[in-house]
Amino acid sequence: MFKVLLSRLGQAALVMLVVSAVSFVMFRYVGDPVATMSRENASVEEKEELRRSLGLDQPLVVQYGRFLTRTLSGDLGISYRNQRPVTALIAERLPATLELVIVATILSLALGIPLGVLCALKPDGVAARLVQALSLVGISTPTFVTGIVLILVFAVSLGWLPSFGRGQVVDLGWWSTGFLTISGLKSFILPGITLALYQLTLIMRLVRAEMIDVLSSDYIRFAKARGLPTRYINFRLALRNALMPVITVTGLQIGSLIAFAIVTETVFQWPGMGLLFIQAVSFVDIPVMAAYLLFVGLLFVLINTVVDILYAVVDPRLRARSA
Amino acid sequence: MKTLAPTPGLFMRLGAPPSVIVAGTLALILVACALLASWIAPYDPTDLSSFELINAELPPAFTADGDPNFLLGTDNQGRDLLSAMLYGARVSIAIGGGAVLLAATLGVSLGLLAGYFGGKVDALIMRIADVILSFPTILLALLVSGIARALIPGAATAEWAPIILICAIAIHEWVQYARTVRAATMVETAKDYVRAAKVIGLPAPRIMLRHILPNVMSPVLVISTINLAAAVLTEATLSFLGVGMPPTYPSLGTLIRIGNEFVFSGVWWIALFPALALVILVLAVNIVGDWLRDRFNPKLRVKR
Repeated sequence: MFKVLLSRLGQAALVMLVVSAVSFVMFRYVGDPVATMSRENASVEEKEELRRSLGLDQPLVVQYGRFLTRTLSGDLGISYRNQRPVTALIAERLPATLELVIVATILSLALGIPLGVLCALKPDGVAARLVQALSLVGISTPTFVTGIVLILVFAVSLGWLPSFGRGQVVDLGWWSTGFLTISGLKSFILPGITLALYQLTLIMRLVRAEMIDVLSSDYIRFAKARGLPTRYINFRLALRNALMPVITVTGLQIGSLIAFAIVTETVFQWPGMGLLFIQAVSFVDIPVMAAYLLFVGLLFVLINTVVDILYAVVDPRLRARSA
Repeated sequence: MKTLAPTPGLFMRLGAPPSVIVAGTLALILVACALLASWIAPYDPTDLSSFELINAELPPAFTADGDPNFLLGTDNQGRDLLSAMLYGARVSIAIGGGAVLLAATLGVSLGLLAGYFGGKVDALIMRIADVILSFPTILLALLVSGIARALIPGAATAEWAPIILICAIAIHEWVQYARTVRAATMVETAKDYVRAAKVIGLPAPRIMLRHILPNVMSPVLVISTINLAAAVLTEATLSFLGVGMPPTYPSLGTLIRIGNEFVFSGVWWIALFPALALVILVLAVNIVGDWLRDRFNPKLRVKR
């Protein structure tokens, strides 16, 4: 067990080292920090002075070491565009993105599980076929198209819902939340649905596949032979077991959702990390890009490692295989 | 598999359901329209003299104030939307196809190497693949295009845009090819004909390319159909986000981006028609791809 833990953590550290190296190379070689930071007509001596004071004359390994130390102490540099510390920028945008992702996850689970079960229980029924066909349309429709159509219908034509921003937010310490005001809650609806649709298809297909698997297993057939009520078999016995992998996948998907929120946030001008990142990409704001990469990389590695370790704890067979 | 020409007749002989035949035909028609854009489009959207600002934002011909000269209306610069869409679809398909081609070449080569040599080569290639796969396509693509834009001077970005896009999409898609081909290559390498080829002293590249490759190609064709749809979608997303094709040489995604700015003023057609074209194209290719996958290689069904 200890061996698994160690190897997983080692792998995670390795991936983070690679991500930080990519991030460092971007930082160091894409664009010239001296040119960006020195004033318009600085002399060669002044530039050299700046280069020395930034430590850019040191060997590469030393520079990378310094970059790592600075990063670990939470200093990710200053945004070229906003002239503010990147860490503060990200901290400010984080609540917006996380709240959107939470809303989308809840919505997609609330819709995806019942639909998946429906498709598994009556695979040849009209409803199941319709849902299956719609899910194919779902994967073929890019998120931004869904968003634009929702805006056209519910914001422009009907005027029911706001189409951009978070509405009024309430500050709870450093966390700003949209859950406590009416306009904040209304603002969640359209972007939440848009982001949830991306996730919905996946959850639905997964629930359906797992449910079909479980329903054909021996213990379900045995339960049927015993004459237990169908409702009890389907929901108490089968669905419970089918939901296990769904929970894992939903957890694993949170990282992707945060990354995917970039598109939704752009459509709805949602002031989250994704919008920050896409603006950084178009303005070639390297510190923000590098920091976002590090942050999302860390998140992914963290989630994957925790899931892997939990699996090893729960399922002894995996321990033997991976050790 | 080799003679798998996407003709309706063949679809029927293979027992395709009607929905797949319809989708396949539709996909072919759309691709053909896009490829023939310069002949069938009513106007040339790349020719600045062909459109005038006075025609800007005309609604489609079938609405009350539509102009019969512009079937689907005009965009914000007075360009005929239908023509712009045909040219845009051509750009989208070219970039999607280019990305699939690059990803397939890269992935098949690396998969062959990993599967044939095993050991350290295999471990290295597959670890890289694991790391790449743990990040979503869109994030990697944005990163690649972000770095490329920083390295290439501003003025040249537009010219390089298609190449940047192709690389940005392929960097994620090659992994699936590599994994599939690696597994198949490992099976083939253990077979007698490959061992015989090794014994008679054929050089490794020759064994890989002439002997193993033909036997591991069939899943590659199936993956490619689904990946084409995914690549077109990724390209559209990047262009929509403003890091893809420039407005001077728009793809379907760029057109939707332009249209998105006018949605609030009630000008719905500039965004909606290109979006519709994109969804229909991707849906048609996906339906065919799904069916091909189930028909030829049920093992490829992955839980996405």
